[in-house]
Amino acid sequence: MEPKPQEPAVLVPARSVRQDPWYVRWILISSALLLVVFLVLVPLINVFCQALADGPGVYWAYLIKDANTRHAIGLTLIVAPIAVIMNLVFGVAAAWAIARFRFKGRTLLVTLIDLPFSISPVVAGLLFIVLFGREGYLGPWLQAHDIKIIFATPGLILATAFVTLPFVARELIPVMEAIGPEEELAATSLGATGWQMFWKVTVPNIKWGILYGVILCNARAMGEFGAVNVVSGRIIGQTDTLPLRVEKLFQDKPSASYAVASVLTLLALVTIVLKAILESKTHSPSSDGPLQEVALRE
Amino acid sequence: MKTKFTSTVLAFTGLIVLTAYLSGCGSSGGNNNHELLNVSYDPTRELYEELNKQFVASYAKETGQEINVKQSHGGSAAQARAVLDGLEADIVTLALPSDTDVLAKKGLIDPDWEKRLPNESLPYYSTIVFVVRKGNPKNIKDWPDLIEGEVSIITPNPKTSGNGKLSFLAAWGAVIKRGGSEQAARDYVTNLYKRVPVLDSGARGATTTFVQKNLGDVQITWENEAHYEIEEAKGQLEIIYPPISIKAEPKVALVDANVKKKGTQAAAEAYLKYLYTAEAQETFAKYYYRPSQEDVLKKYTERLPPIDLFSISSFAESWNAAQQKFFAADGVFDSIYLPKN
Amino acid sequence: MGYSIASTCLRIDDYVYGEPGLCLANQIQYELLMASVNPRVLPGYRLSLGYTMFYMSLLVLIPLAGIYLKSFTITWSEFLKAAWTPRAIAAYKLTFGASVTAAGANIFIGLLLAWVLVRYDFPLKRFFDALIDLPFALPTAVAGLVYSTLYAENGWYGRFLAPLGIEGNNTRLGIVLVLIFTGMPFVVRTVQPVLESLDVEVEEAATTLGASRFQVFLHIIWPTLMPATLTGFALAFARALGEYGSVIFIAGNRAGETEIAPILVMNRLLELDDSGKLAAIAIAVVLLTVSFLMLAFINLLEWWSKRRGA
Repeated sequence: MEPKPQEPAVLVPARSVRQDPWYVRWILISSALLLVVFLVLVPLINVFCQALADGPGVYWAYLIKDANTRHAIGLTLIVAPIAVIMNLVFGVAAAWAIARFRFKGRTLLVTLIDLPFSISPVVAGLLFIVLFGREGYLGPWLQAHDIKIIFATPGLILATAFVTLPFVARELIPVMEAIGPEEELAATSLGATGWQMFWKVTVPNIKWGILYGVILCNARAMGEFGAVNVVSGRIIGQTDTLPLRVEKLFQDKPSASYAVASVLTLLALVTIVLKAILESKTHSPSSDGPLQEVALRE
Repeated sequence: MKTKFTSTVLAFTGLIVLTAYLSGCGSSGGNNNHELLNVSYDPTRELYEELNKQFVASYAKETGQEINVKQSHGGSAAQARAVLDGLEADIVTLALPSDTDVLAKKGLIDPDWEKRLPNESLPYYSTIVFVVRKGNPKNIKDWPDLIEGEVSIITPNPKTSGNGKLSFLAAWGAVIKRGGSEQAARDYVTNLYKRVPVLDSGARGATTTFVQKNLGDVQITWENEAHYEIEEAKGQLEIIYPPISIKAEPKVALVDANVKKKGTQAAAEAYLKYLYTAEAQETFAKYYYRPSQEDVLKKYTERLPPIDLFSISSFAESWNAAQQKFFAADGVFDSIYLPKN
Repeated sequence: MGYSIASTCLRIDDYVYGEPGLCLANQIQYELLMASVNPRVLPGYRLSLGYTMFYMSLLVLIPLAGIYLKSFTITWSEFLKAAWTPRAIAAYKLTFGASVTAAGANIFIGLLLAWVLVRYDFPLKRFFDALIDLPFALPTAVAGLVYSTLYAENGWYGRFLAPLGIEGNNTRLGIVLVLIFTGMPFVVRTVQPVLESLDVEVEEAATTLGASRFQVFLHIIWPTLMPATLTGFALAFARALGEYGSVIFIAGNRAGETEIAPILVMNRLLELDDSGKLAAIAIAVVLLTVSFLMLAFINLLEWWSKRRGA
């Protein structure tokens, strides 16, 4: 028998022969588009309009000339990647444990991983203050050893890592579950060591999931405001990250605030463009196999 | 066996990196000896930017040493909270002495801190005034006008902001000073706060609400903040001086626990002393704060018109007593401002 | 949001090449059974689980333990006094109310958007599809900033809405609007894959048997969509509960009206005395416990929808 011809590796069903009547279609489409335009597109355009309101030269000056804004950019570029890397390592480890094994407390672990996603950032910040603050449990010990956690960069990193903890893990778990352990089992039974199996079989399979999770994690990490606000101490030029700087500038010089906000918005746009590209890659016939696209839809 | 080995190596490396990073950051921020952190209240951003520049120059001239002064700004109570939680301020310049006294109560500052500097640690003082829209359409001239008709008022949250507390105290005091009873004062502030649609957490936030978001008919704010707004508004706003208002006393202090730990005592003392020099006093006036030295103040009567100021003692024993009576949990403010259901 | 192994195995059957009838599925299921029974078939169990627990303890469990421990230092009656005042109750009502309203609105918006994106073709479709992710990727502070400016009296929206008496800033409406924005992608993105994998033949069969379009939707499409919609709703709800960065820009912080629960925590902290701090901790513990319960509920929902779907 002939092998079944490979269907395009997309699971979108073929168009139904009986379409919805054209007026239904157009009402639905236009209402959907209107919603997106008013809820998303117009605010997006507004950011850039306000940012450039004083002219592009002034816009550039706000970003580059202001030493404190430069520092905020630099600080964000340190804090966010570190938090992302921490969560990446964790995400891979957690996904491996949860997707490949069954053990008591597995569901509880999954729930705990999700918890930071739904905690208010103020509460998250308070968590760290109760632990590391001067009056906190570890406070006196930290003071005695002159280790600064909150109100310094490590605290910013911890708070950011906390609120973005689930992103990579939550992305990889369904991916790994859907791919299934067959290839890895095959590799082990053929004599590969654990690390060989990991680098040569697992990682290539989940690489799009990793990338996807890292992009989302990074977007959230760079934009985190609430938890960082509580633990930062707001020292100008020292512990103000970009989102905090947006708030400060909004109170002092709104057009500068928009300039900084536009940088963050550009970052968000880059994020969604990358995400769209990734998705189209996984939907193309040249992807790694029929199992991929099942996995990578959220 | 291999996995055990790898996992131990990984854990060990992780621990090393973590410790190195943490200890590195512990002594970061340059040399502790040459950096001061001034934790201040919300609207003093521009003032200290200028003052710090001047101080750094003056300190370099006197001692030949380079010094760096970092600033943190926020609602006065929020800043005190942060210092309590471990923000290593060398100097605190908060809006109310009661906020600073909380630090003293917790052992961070000497209990006699007020006596250590001239004029009870008060290098400048200030007051609360009104800002209205161009032309003053609601004709607001005095405290009773605030509760007339449909006037809507912007002022920050008295629980968190120095401006917020002082607006409340000024309103209360205005009634008492003119012979009203405590009940009359209570009724007045209840009426007043019904007309506040937004309670921002700091002075600057309230300014943003009034100016950018265009809410409210009148803003009750610091004198210096009002002038700053007028300058930026280019004619769209006016400042109104009520006939009487409160004397706000933003006292300054050294945070003993922190300066001893960081070894910055000498520099911090120099900084605080600097605030009393003629140069600094002139800068205060320039930024619309009232310098404590009379002769400097006299030179600037246009910027800082004379106004009848009553002190906190006209209706409360002390700043601490006022804090306790009005702003503590279940205090006067809480009792007049409960949600309506 | 996961896919059960069983359903994937069935799909593998459809896509097998080479030897017809050689279903890997049986073999795989056997191996999986082995893997679940004997954790040592696949390597890395101890390492991955060990590191996961280490990291979770450091970052999540210890801080949580810290705050729960701290809350145990006050008596139950003091706890209630702090966390159950009229002001706190108003804040909970607002936080939960606004979140439910926003997530509920997002059900309709999300279903509409998912339907339109999956079923229809129109110009710039890819562009709009990508735009839907913007609220997810955009920093909350920027979202709050933009919304508060748009709805200000002289803002692009405010100038039309203000004369109508519709206030966006510093009102509950403003809070709900900004929460709708931040929660928008959730329902859309959970419903989209389900909608895409719907079997069209069933719909066509029903139509040929005489069902109207609406009947088809109600009896065939909606039951399949419902679990995913619920999951999306719960996610949008959880997100709205925790949302702070954008709401503070637009909320008025007026106790009893526009003071959301996290802001109440802040305000209590700033009373600067120990009782204020303990009150803040008590309220935070309430919020944490509710968040945890919500999540357990969401995971139950997902498990239930997987069972129905497989």
